[in-house]
Amino acid sequence: MIELKNVAFHYGSENLFDQVDLSLEPGSFHFLTGPSGAGKTTLLKLCYGALFATAGQVAAFGRPLDPETRDETAKARRRIGVVHQDCSFLDHLTVAENVALPLTVTGRQDLLGNLETLLRWVGLGKVAGQLPPSLSGGERQRVALARAVITSPDVILADEPTGNIDWDMSEQLLGLLMDLNASGKTIVFATHDMPLIRHAKGLVQARVMRLRDGKLQQAGADL
Amino acid sequence: MNLQAVIEVLRGDQQAERAIPKRGFTAQLTTLTAAALAFLAVFVLAASLSASRMAEAWASDLSGLITVRIPEDVPDQAAVTEAALTFLSQAPGVADARIISAEEEQALLAPWLGPNIPTDLLPLPKLIEVTPAEEGADFVLLGTQLSAAVPGALLDDHSSWHRPLVAAAQRARLLAWGSVGLLIAVLVGLVTLAAQVSLISNRQTIGVLRLVGATDDYIAQAFVRRFTMRGLFGAAAGTLCGMLAIRLVVTPSLSAGLGLPMPFPGWHATWLVFIPILSGATALIATRLFAHRALKEIP
Repeated sequence: MIELKNVAFHYGSENLFDQVDLSLEPGSFHFLTGPSGAGKTTLLKLCYGALFATAGQVAAFGRPLDPETRDETAKARRRIGVVHQDCSFLDHLTVAENVALPLTVTGRQDLLGNLETLLRWVGLGKVAGQLPPSLSGGERQRVALARAVITSPDVILADEPTGNIDWDMSEQLLGLLMDLNASGKTIVFATHDMPLIRHAKGLVQARVMRLRDGKLQQAGADL
Repeated sequence: MNLQAVIEVLRGDQQAERAIPKRGFTAQLTTLTAAALAFLAVFVLAASLSASRMAEAWASDLSGLITVRIPEDVPDQAAVTEAALTFLSQAPGVADARIISAEEEQALLAPWLGPNIPTDLLPLPKLIEVTPAEEGADFVLLGTQLSAAVPGALLDDHSSWHRPLVAAAQRARLLAWGSVGLLIAVLVGLVTLAAQVSLISNRQTIGVLRLVGATDDYIAQAFVRRFTMRGLFGAAAGTLCGMLAIRLVVTPSLSAGLGLPMPFPGWHATWLVFIPILSGATALIATRLFAHRALKEIP
């Protein structure tokens, strides 16, 4: 689905990582961990074409992601849902409109009927008409998750989604991602929250990848 | 850019439009700039086209007008005048020739010297008005033949006046369109600048739209339509204000009194419809070209 081959990424003269190989298979669940600044966010951004590799190849659903094929990259991104730690919304649109934004952009208004169910699933049915600045951190993360999954993407990339929320909310969010994985979605959950990864043990069959010293170490063992 | 793309821009995508917040000073800046430039365009066109029309009118009055003059110092002026008249009535290319009467000379001089001028006491030339035949003639040759046959008679086809007036009319028209061209260049510059400010101030919005799979075309279209509409409606308001201002300043009575033509007589005013259309088209092309280039530079 998403494949990185011998990928390197440099910020200016600084080499963030190199020789990274990664293959995300359908229905798999991955935790991506590593110390702050190791490049977890960068690696995820490479996976959905928000950044482009300095060397090596990145492909999503068989399409190479590179700056020369911007429209193709945008279309590949429609099959990837992204949840950020600092979730960005369009603050002048309501929660419901923000969640429906991927449908608007891709012209798939036929799926708008799922909006209410989706908002109820993430527990935000009552805040649908509110503007994003009035939401709490946990609510924002759930809105971001709802927006990421409304088009029923094949892959969900969650970048530190529990970074700004309490344990209960983190557990709840993890539960939602596991539900999605159970329905066949591929999940990559970037976090440095080891207690949360340990908590997932026994709940989901996941693989842990660790980004450290410029290399991606695949733990190999399932949780 | 084909017609279908233009129609799509004008029709717009309400949802895409809503995604880009209407904030910042660029909204007012573009509309006001388009209005001000359209207002100026109306005045530039009015001034230049009036000058052009006036020069054309003078040129038209002079074209086909041929006069034979027998200066006052020619001995036996009356006899020479008669001889010239006889020569002209037999000359090829002349349909009619007649001596301008004393009363007519009085009327011609009245605007400068007032009524009741004693023309018989003034040293005035005698004038013969010549009406050319429809098929035309070589009046330079006729003038040479007349001077040879009737010494002292001078033929004037007014070409020394006619040519500069035609050239002046052409220059005035060129000046008008050149000025409109300059105003368009200013509009392109300002729209591009405003679009740049708008794109930069909406960087986060663009980031969110990209995150959810928007193509550059989709994002650009929301900006293009917005700026096109601002260019169109701003210029429409400016054109309307310009027309009203001209109607207030150049009234028909003032125009008649000064002998100046009205800037946009009758249906000529409908040409002004092209100012907002041109403004909208300029904004559309400038924003479209710029937005696509700028979006490539926004990561």
